[in-house]
Amino acid sequence: MSVVGERPARVVGRALVRHDALEKVAGRTRYAADFGLPGMLHAVLKRADLPHARLLRVDTSAAEAVPGVASVLTAKDVPENTVWVDVPGQTFQVGALKARTNVLADGVVRYHGEPIAIVAAETEDAALASVELIDVEYEELPVVTDAEAALEEGAPLVHEQGNLIASWQLQEGNVDAALNATHAVVEQSYETQFVDHAYLEPEAGVAWLDTDGVITVRAATQVIEHFRDLARILRVPDNRVRVIAPYVGGGFGGKEDMTVEPYLALVVQRTGRPVKMVWSRSESLLAREKRHPMKLRYRTACDAEGRLLAQDIGIVADGGAYALLSALVLLYATTCSQGPYRCPNVRIDARVAYTNHTPASAMRGFGAMQVALGYEGQMDLLAAELGLDPLELRRRNFLEGGDTLAVGQTLDTHVALPDLADRVEAALGPKPEPSTRGRRVGRGVACNLQPYGRCVWLNDWSSAWVGFELDGTLVLRIGVPDIGGGQASSLVQLAGEVLGVDPAEVVIHIGDSALTPLTGTTTATRQLYMSGNAVLQAAGELREELRPLAAELLEAEPDDVEFAGGGARSGERHVAFRDLIAAAAKRQVPWHRLSIFRAPGGDAWRSEASWRGRVFPDFTYGCHAVDLEVDPETGRIDVLRYLAAHDVGRAINPQSVEGQIEGAVVMGLGYALSERVVYEDGVNLTGAFAQYLIPTAVEAPEIEPIVVESGEGVGPFSARGIGEPPVGAVAPAVAAALADALGRRLTVLPFTRERVAEA
Amino acid sequence: MMLELLLNGRRLREPVEPHVTLLRFLRDQAGASEVKYGCGEGVCGACTVFLDAVAVNACSVLAVQAEGARVETVSAFAGDGSLHPLQQELIERGAVQCGFCTPGVVLGSIEAVRLGLAGDRMTIRRSLAGNLCRCTGYGKIVEAVEAYRDGEGAA
Repeated sequence: MSVVGERPARVVGRALVRHDALEKVAGRTRYAADFGLPGMLHAVLKRADLPHARLLRVDTSAAEAVPGVASVLTAKDVPENTVWVDVPGQTFQVGALKARTNVLADGVVRYHGEPIAIVAAETEDAALASVELIDVEYEELPVVTDAEAALEEGAPLVHEQGNLIASWQLQEGNVDAALNATHAVVEQSYETQFVDHAYLEPEAGVAWLDTDGVITVRAATQVIEHFRDLARILRVPDNRVRVIAPYVGGGFGGKEDMTVEPYLALVVQRTGRPVKMVWSRSESLLAREKRHPMKLRYRTACDAEGRLLAQDIGIVADGGAYALLSALVLLYATTCSQGPYRCPNVRIDARVAYTNHTPASAMRGFGAMQVALGYEGQMDLLAAELGLDPLELRRRNFLEGGDTLAVGQTLDTHVALPDLADRVEAALGPKPEPSTRGRRVGRGVACNLQPYGRCVWLNDWSSAWVGFELDGTLVLRIGVPDIGGGQASSLVQLAGEVLGVDPAEVVIHIGDSALTPLTGTTTATRQLYMSGNAVLQAAGELREELRPLAAELLEAEPDDVEFAGGGARSGERHVAFRDLIAAAAKRQVPWHRLSIFRAPGGDAWRSEASWRGRVFPDFTYGCHAVDLEVDPETGRIDVLRYLAAHDVGRAINPQSVEGQIEGAVVMGLGYALSERVVYEDGVNLTGAFAQYLIPTAVEAPEIEPIVVESGEGVGPFSARGIGEPPVGAVAPAVAAALADALGRRLTVLPFTRERVAEA
Repeated sequence: MMLELLLNGRRLREPVEPHVTLLRFLRDQAGASEVKYGCGEGVCGACTVFLDAVAVNACSVLAVQAEGARVETVSAFAGDGSLHPLQQELIERGAVQCGFCTPGVVLGSIEAVRLGLAGDRMTIRRSLAGNLCRCTGYGKIVEAVEAYRDGEGAA
């Protein structure tokens, strides 16, 4: 039984049906593209045909002459076309980078598919016909498509300041001495690839001019706070832009940076008319930000008992043509690159470079995922070297609460890894036999750590409004975008728990930068942690405000009043919220509450001292195991069994937790086995969904989630975030199983049939 | 040209351009926003509809090909306050996350069970191969289809 404080929980810990599921299954949810306004224009982007070129001429006259075209905008029409962003992460060597991001290409295009112009027309057909007639004269420039090459002297420059976007350097202990004086040293390079989010809902939105001149954008986004970025681009005050996030058809980080928003807002500002933009799937594959490919170089040393003594780690990431979130992605990679293991001597040299590829930015796992292939590969190599069971070697090195990472962050919550490893091992049983001769079965395990909550340097906060209507019904107002993970319904569940209201009777208004209190981005596995704590706080404070009045009505001591069953009660006496709120209104006792939850803050990154210390609020840990069967001739891989154990502190909705784990594992399998955006000299060749192979129900195995509740975490009711963590351990577990089956380790993702057959 | 068809039991008569797909017609002209655009190339299954009781990707059929046909979307299976048993199973088993693939999954699965293509779990998985989902990892969808099939067998 789930227990909250002293008493059994009513709704927390129960697999409640999500309140949004009913409308979704009936097809009634209005996603971004399902909305329209009378007299709406349709907008389409002209995108760059080349990965790196000077724009000698952009002639829009023929495009403008197409009947029905309302406006054609290029860089010169954008009030603030170039947005300069301070990028952290070059702290010690060259100072912070001022990174340029263009709304529309200005003079130079730096990646294939970069937007050059916006066409808005009365019909979609007219817009599509018009955009074809935009005449662009290019002067091709040399391309750079490899991050290491981009950092060499004389490489073609993507931006005039040089190709280094960010660099994080760390040195803890004496790595060289430790490497020379140890029992075993293993050295290996690993490579990860460009990956697309491939959410089912392509980028879309509608925008219009509302009263008071407020430009309103209703779009598929994880971040309604982009209203500020839009205001900057439009050169209007922040209070003249509003962003609404309807239920989003999948995000995974791909709707964290802006997508359609600036283009829609610009058309509204220019024409005063409502406008819609929906990206095609091929546009999304072509130009939407991708996951950073990384080249990892690891040297790892341990003593005769298998205890880690040194990690020497090099990371070079491909950031693509614009900086976006590269510095932070690299920070996650750096922080997590030692894995969930103790190690006294660590040296990390991490760099991310501009190339003429699609910009890389946020994607579930956010840098912490890529490095897992490296640190777990090293553990396997050391285990083989020492003749130890791979899980046993890990057990000897697991982090524990109170340990300090190389970045200087001390872990102040429980680290459940030994328990997770035990649970996985107990569930595994003997390795299955191959189904036919010639095939081989392999088993792999992998562990990982992933932060939840944003980097503490960002001083994160969330606000939430919880209140009653006069008839006693409960309402939540909170600016959370729900991208499919049950972000909104978990908040309903928490408020229902605290106030004793059936979640099915609660209404939640979400995702509106003008009308719902801002609660921050649905990114970084932060919403349950941040918004959850904000709702918990607001609901708890509201309950305490109402308690004395309830006690009076019930003729009871305040401490004896319990909020349950849609009202307050004491012993046999009960007052429904309808009557309690009516009394509150009469007495001017507040019946709603706005609260702010603040995450632990941190110093800015601009000094060497502050870089050492707490970087994240907390981490979520996992242990995965996979059995797979390989046909060495054809390279065919069948996943036979997949176990994924995570400590979630406390499962607010166990079904949603399982859903996050299962979905992330299958996404991780796509990354491990089949997904890859293919470029040739900077030209993106992956133009169709048929070419980008996400797992279907056939490739996806049955996943066995193992949900461990340690009761320690910094979220509401001690929950830990689970959105991103389960994606990280998959590829290294698969790599280990393939090595077990084939006797040879693959180190370059994805492990396609061709690569497996050649191995 | 004029197109006449029966959409979820409602007779429609609308002018349509010959190059317009059934998907675009349904979404932009018939107000059927429950039919989703996911890829436009017949890969993802988000736009699955029944065309004369056969599941098709509406993006890969021209609107004019539906002349005189009976077209059903997911809305045909969810009345006021009532749901199709498969829809109920999907909800209860947590098989709906972002929900964007769900309308297609509902129709594809109903057809698979009707045609007897939903046998063991692997055959259910095969029958779902034309409906991509990026959120759930498919396991809970498969469970829901299995439970619905068993319920149908008992009925």
